[in-house]
Amino acid sequence: MNSVAATQGFQPYWYLVLAAMVFTIGAVGLLVRRSPLVMLMCVELMLNAVNLTFVTFGRMLNDVGGQVIVFFVLVVAAAEVVVGLGIIVAVARRRPNATIDDVSALRG
Amino acid sequence: MCAAIVLIGACGVVLSKHPVHSALSLVATLFGVAVLFLNENAQLLAVVQVIVYTGAIVVLILFVLMLLGVDTEDDLSVDPIVGQRALAYLAGFALLGSLLSVFIINRDALVTGRRSVSAALSGESSNIALLGRQIFTTWIFAFEITAGLLTVAVIGAVVMARRPSSYEPLPEPESMDDDGYEPEEVEA
Amino acid sequence: MVSLVWLIPALPLVGFLLLLCFGKRLGEPAAGWLATAMVGGSFVVALLAFIGLHSQPDNTFSQVLFTWIPAGRFNVDVGFLFDPLSSAMILFVTGVGALIHLYSIGYMHGDPRFSKFFLYLNLFVFSMLMLVLGNNLLITFLGWEGVGVCSYFLVSFWFEKLPNATAGKKAFITNRIGDWGFMVGIFITWFTFGTIQYTQFLPVSPGVATTTATLISLMLFIGAVGKSAQFPLYLWLPDAMAGPTPVSALIHAATMVTAGVYLMVRINPMLHAASPWLSTAIAWIGVLTALLAATIAIAQTDIKKVLAYSTVSQLGYMFLAVGVGGYWVAIFHMITHAFFKALLFLGAGSVMHGVDGEQDMRRMGALRKLMPITAGAFIVGWLAISGVVPLSGFWSKDEILTYALHRSPALYAIGLFTALLTAFYMSREVFLVFYGDARWNNPIEPSTIEAQSDADIVTPPVHASEIHPHESPWMMTAPLVVLAVLAALAGFINLPFSGTPHWLENWLEPVTGQFGVELNNSNAYIVGLLLISTIVAVSGIGLGYAVYQRHKIPANVFERRLFLNGWYYDLAVSDFMNRPGRVFFAGVAWVDGHVIDGAVNGVGSITRSAGGMIRKTQSGLVRSYAMAITIGAVLLLLFVLTRVTW
Repeated sequence: MNSVAATQGFQPYWYLVLAAMVFTIGAVGLLVRRSPLVMLMCVELMLNAVNLTFVTFGRMLNDVGGQVIVFFVLVVAAAEVVVGLGIIVAVARRRPNATIDDVSALRG
Repeated sequence: MCAAIVLIGACGVVLSKHPVHSALSLVATLFGVAVLFLNENAQLLAVVQVIVYTGAIVVLILFVLMLLGVDTEDDLSVDPIVGQRALAYLAGFALLGSLLSVFIINRDALVTGRRSVSAALSGESSNIALLGRQIFTTWIFAFEITAGLLTVAVIGAVVMARRPSSYEPLPEPESMDDDGYEPEEVEA
Repeated sequence: MVSLVWLIPALPLVGFLLLLCFGKRLGEPAAGWLATAMVGGSFVVALLAFIGLHSQPDNTFSQVLFTWIPAGRFNVDVGFLFDPLSSAMILFVTGVGALIHLYSIGYMHGDPRFSKFFLYLNLFVFSMLMLVLGNNLLITFLGWEGVGVCSYFLVSFWFEKLPNATAGKKAFITNRIGDWGFMVGIFITWFTFGTIQYTQFLPVSPGVATTTATLISLMLFIGAVGKSAQFPLYLWLPDAMAGPTPVSALIHAATMVTAGVYLMVRINPMLHAASPWLSTAIAWIGVLTALLAATIAIAQTDIKKVLAYSTVSQLGYMFLAVGVGGYWVAIFHMITHAFFKALLFLGAGSVMHGVDGEQDMRRMGALRKLMPITAGAFIVGWLAISGVVPLSGFWSKDEILTYALHRSPALYAIGLFTALLTAFYMSREVFLVFYGDARWNNPIEPSTIEAQSDADIVTPPVHASEIHPHESPWMMTAPLVVLAVLAALAGFINLPFSGTPHWLENWLEPVTGQFGVELNNSNAYIVGLLLISTIVAVSGIGLGYAVYQRHKIPANVFERRLFLNGWYYDLAVSDFMNRPGRVFFAGVAWVDGHVIDGAVNGVGSITRSAGGMIRKTQSGLVRSYAMAITIGAVLLLLFVLTRVTW
């Protein structure tokens, strides 16, 4: 197994490392940025990182199931973006220049 | 090399002041990931990623950006929520540290599960056929549900994006602190 | 036959419920007849059950209706213990009760709340029957409380006048003080025996530690003191005369006040196992109360107040009997007292009815010719209570004195002296009311007593020109006649001589025989004591005759102001309650308001402030929420990492 991986160039765990880094960058960006659109893009970053992880594990387990999962994640991410953008548009129409901190009406 | 593109793109998304710059960085990242998919024998996914993610999603985001007006981002140097930034860095550091430690320390024995539970990846048929067969036989139910999900999302988006009859900006909400309740004095 | 015992309390309960729903519609006099029929039916069933009881083993029959409180170790049934004691009491409770119901139909004629009166009366009879028939302390307590409540309702029946409402409250509250003792007694009983059923704990009570038995008996005695109006809780009985006269007859003569005596007799094994000082104390409290009440009765001017204090006095006799170990004697006196006291009260009510509500004896007189049946019945009652042979009161009182003498000559002497006073004040009442000059048209003369008493509830005199004394209707006089016959003959159920059948003593033997004192005096000894009692009774009557008929001795020798004001005991109590008592009550109210309510409110306010603090985490800011999620995920990840094997 190791020799097979070695002949393939990068060992698979590099992909995992890269995915982890992208995920972390996306997470930090989500917490720090205030524009809703940028936050949405950070969410996409995180999802991509996860996709990469799944595909890598699929290759390591020699299983196509990893790719099936990614397929579905892709679809759901698309739907989620649609809905998220709808919300952003609805909010921004009422209040232009709204940052995410301004939509805090659901306070306790 | 692709990894570098991916990483630079990711940093660009997070660090750009201008939202359009962030969107373009996102495109770079997504392309990089697509190439990495190709590298991993996930051809269908690479193509779908390009079409759906970069072709549709980022385009949608750019649409909305243009629709709402392209403004500069607020001042990035200060964060209104106290401690948010510090905590975010801390959390990110912890997250990255733990994940990396797992991956690097166990680099030789990362997977312990059974191989090829669903179907062997390195097989005779093409990647598309393999993937298609799995989706339409084993995971057909999830497929149908996802289709429903898409339908619902579309309907939701249409409902939300309708123009309201009265179009004026909302007033600022009043403070939702203590609503003035005081317990009455109990007479002995 | 005997399994019909559940029907005995059920009938008055049905009457109560029917009157509750349909009383207004039935109106007068149907409501009254319904109530009377129910209690009369109870009496008939009681009679049948009594007959059937003779064939039961030990003359005891238990019947359990259903389990009321099945709470693990604490198991209380609703059941009846129909044994000699309860059957004897049931008979006279329902019998006298039925007669009083009949009487009330005539007495309450024209009252706007006619059906309500009978509703309460039926409820009262039901409660009293549950009290007597109950097979465990809790059912007895249920009946106990029930009769207390009905006493409150009935005494303040004419609550439009404030004194009547106050009297009702006083009765209930004073009872309550006694009830505290009863409840503590029940608790201790349960802790000691694990059961409160009579058939279960009474047989084993001789084996229990003396202190425990004393404590239980003392607590239950406190309850009895409250209910049966002994010193120091007798205050409520004279004031309770504010209620209609049938109420006084039923509740405060024949039934409710005897509940305390019943309780003491019921727990006589426990009493026997207690320290001897308790029995002695009971005897002394009884006899001193008898003496005290008799002295107060001498000076009263209200026709009913005399009888009220007389009741307190006679109850003292019953407790004297309990204290010296003559348990069946107490029951004997209870039965005879029920007859003649109810008779006296109903007679007084008839007199009041005849003189249009006048209650002051100084404004009556010479009513013998105008109300012959009432007068005749009243005279029979008078002779019975004075202890004139061969009426019932003579036999029962003499038995008590015999037992008292057996224990201590001092008790006997005081008891004898009280008998003298009893004869005296009852004769005074009879002479003032039925003989002498017709005074109802005279203004009140302050000659015999210096002034109206200070603390009595004053019944304003009726305007003179309206009084035309007349005899009462048959519904009122018929019960009087029946009771007169019973009062005359009831003594014969237990003549003391050794040759005669001791029906009552033998009948009650399963209940009282084991621990009661048994005297076997010679006939000569008995006759000697009887002679002394007769001399005492006759001298009392003679003294009354001399003072009030012949006016040989001025009355104010006897009618002292001290007696009239009840030895100022009532005033002292209200004074104490008003000054130091009020401070104490204010303190208690403060504790209730600030400590107890404070604790409850404190819990509420603590919850509020804690909630207010937690509320701050719900800032509404998305990024804060995202931060929380992230931190949680990171912590989870770190936790998992500590658990895996590297």
